[in-house]
Amino acid sequence: MKKIFFIILFNLFSLKNLHALIEIDITRGNLDPLPIAVSPLHVDISSEKVENLKIKDLGLNISEIIEKNFKSTGLFNPLKRDAFVQKPDIAHLKPRFEDWRLIKAQALVTGKLLIKNGKLKVEFRLWDLTAAQEMTALAFTTTPSNWRRVAHIISDKIYERLTGEEGYFDTRIIYVAESGPKNQRVKKLAIMDQDGFNTKYLTLGNELVLTPRFNPTNQMVTYMSYFRNMPRVYLLDIETGTQEVVGNFPGMTFAPRFSPNGKKIIMSFAKDGNSDIYTMDLDTRVVERITEHSSIDTSPSFSPDGKFIAFNSDRSGLQQIYVMRSDGRNVKRITFGKGIYGTPVWSPRGDLIAFTKMHKGRFFIGVMRTDGTGERLLTENYYQEAPSWSPNGRVLVFYRETKAGEKGEGFSAKLWSIDITGYNERRLSTKTDASDPSWSSLLSK
Amino acid sequence: MTLKTNLKNIFLVIFTTLLLSACSTAKKSGDIDGDVYTGKETVEFLATGVPDRVFFATNKSSLTTASRATLRKQATYLRKNKNLNVTIEGHADERGTREYNLALGERRANAARDYLMTYGISGKRISVISYGKEKPVNPKSSPLSWSQNRRSVTVKVN
Repeated sequence: MKKIFFIILFNLFSLKNLHALIEIDITRGNLDPLPIAVSPLHVDISSEKVENLKIKDLGLNISEIIEKNFKSTGLFNPLKRDAFVQKPDIAHLKPRFEDWRLIKAQALVTGKLLIKNGKLKVEFRLWDLTAAQEMTALAFTTTPSNWRRVAHIISDKIYERLTGEEGYFDTRIIYVAESGPKNQRVKKLAIMDQDGFNTKYLTLGNELVLTPRFNPTNQMVTYMSYFRNMPRVYLLDIETGTQEVVGNFPGMTFAPRFSPNGKKIIMSFAKDGNSDIYTMDLDTRVVERITEHSSIDTSPSFSPDGKFIAFNSDRSGLQQIYVMRSDGRNVKRITFGKGIYGTPVWSPRGDLIAFTKMHKGRFFIGVMRTDGTGERLLTENYYQEAPSWSPNGRVLVFYRETKAGEKGEGFSAKLWSIDITGYNERRLSTKTDASDPSWSSLLSK
Repeated sequence: MTLKTNLKNIFLVIFTTLLLSACSTAKKSGDIDGDVYTGKETVEFLATGVPDRVFFATNKSSLTTASRATLRKQATYLRKNKNLNVTIEGHADERGTREYNLALGERRANAARDYLMTYGISGKRISVISYGKEKPVNPKSSPLSWSQNRRSVTVKVN
C-alpha cells in the first residue's frame, strides 16, 4: 500500500516537471534555435592605426563575440563562416537574400567599421532573409578600446529585435574569486564582463569577503567583509575605490542588497543569537528595523516596485521563504513544498522569485510565483545556491561546488547559468574558482 | 528569558536523549551520535581537561548534554582566570546557504555564550563572531567532517 502511494506521488512529481518543460513562453526557440549568419564586420581600409589593436582583425573579432553571445542563449544557431556566400562589404550594402537562404540562414547580421580621429565608428544591419528585408540598423561612435562592448551592444540590439525582450550582453558580473585550499580559502571581490573577459579584482584578499551585489546603476556594490575581524556590510564605489561600513551596528551585519531605487541597503543584523532584517537609507543614514522575531530572518530581497520584501526565515522551525510588505507588515510564508528553502531573489520583471531548495541532501535552483505557487525546479546538483537574475529576467546565474576528498582535494566552486525554462545550463568562464555571483543591469541603458 | 530558553533546551535534550536511546543502534556510528560529533579528533584544549569546542546537530543550535559539560569546564576555567577574555566562534557545515549559515553560526556562538553566562561568566568577557561555513576545520565532504565543522570554538583573546 505504502509503495503504491509512493509511486503515485512520484508520478505526480514527474508530471509536474514535464508540464514545466512544455510551459515555455517566447524562449521556445531553444528547441529549434534560429539559424543566423553573422558576417564579419567590414573594416574600412582608411582606418587609422591604434596601439595594441589589430585593426585588420577587429571586424572578425566583433562578429565572433556576437556569435558567442548568441550561442550562449541557446536561442540562436550561428552558422559556420566558411559557408558564407558574400563578402562582408557587399552583403552589408544589400545581401543576395536567396543565396543566404541556401545555407539555411534565416537572419543575417552585417556591418562595417572605421577608425578615424581616434574614434571607432561602427554600423550594423540585421536582415530578415525570409522576408528579404532589413529589420534594424544602427550606427554609433566610441573609443576604440571599447570594441568588446560594441560587440555586446550590437548583440543586445539584435536579441531585442528578434525576441522582443531586452538583451543582457552588455553587462557585468561581480562575484567572489576563490583560491587556495578549502579550509584556507582566499576570497577577493572580482568583476568581469558577462562573457568572462576583462576580469578585475576589487580587493586584495587580505580579508574574507562575501555576497557582493550591484546597485541599480552598477556603480556601487554592497558586500560583506571581515575587515579587522568585524563582519560588516560595506559599500564600495567601483570607480573611485572608496568604501565604507554601512551603519553603526554593534554586531554582525550581512546579506546586503540594494533597494530597487538604490537609496537603501537592506540587510540582516545579528545580535544575541537573533538575526533580523534592517534597512539603512544611504542619504539620511536612517536605520529602520523591518522584522522583529526571535528566529533567523535573512537573505532579504525587494520586489522591483519596492513594495514587498522576500526573505528567508526559520520561524516555522526550518528555513522557509516569506514575503512581507516593505514596512514589515503582513508576513506570509510562501514555501510549503518538501525540503527547505533559502536565498529568495525577486525577478527584475516582478513575476517570479528564484530560490535555493535543499531536499534529501541535494540542492536545487528553482523559480516560483511570488505567492509560492507554480514552483519549478530548474537544476539539481550536489551543492549549488545563490541565484542572481539577468536584467531581463530570463536567465539565472548561481554557483556550484563539488565534493571534496580527504584533504579537500577535488573541491571547486564555479559559476553556472541556466534559463528559467530549465534549458541551456552552462558554466561561465572565470579565471579562478568563483562564488556569490551578482548580475548587473544593462550598462548602456 | 534565558532561564526559559534553558528550560526549553533541557526538555529538548531529555527528549532527544529518549529518542536516541530508542534507536541508538541505528543512529550511533563511530564518533557521531545522532547527528552530533562526539569524538576528540579536532578538539583542542584551553587548558588540561578543558576542551575548546562543542558540536551541534544539523541546523540546530541547542546544546547537548556533552556540550553543557564541556562549557561548564570552560566556565570553571574562566572563573579561575579572571583576567582572561574569550571570543566564541560559531561555525556551520557546508551543506547550507551561505547567508543562513552566517546567522546560524552566530546563534550557535551565542548559545555557548549564554550557557557560560548562566555559570557566572560576565558577558563582557565573551565576544562572539560567526564564520558561517567559511572556515571548516575538516575540508572533506562527508557526514563525519560536517559534524566536526558544526561547532562553536572558545578562543582566548589575551
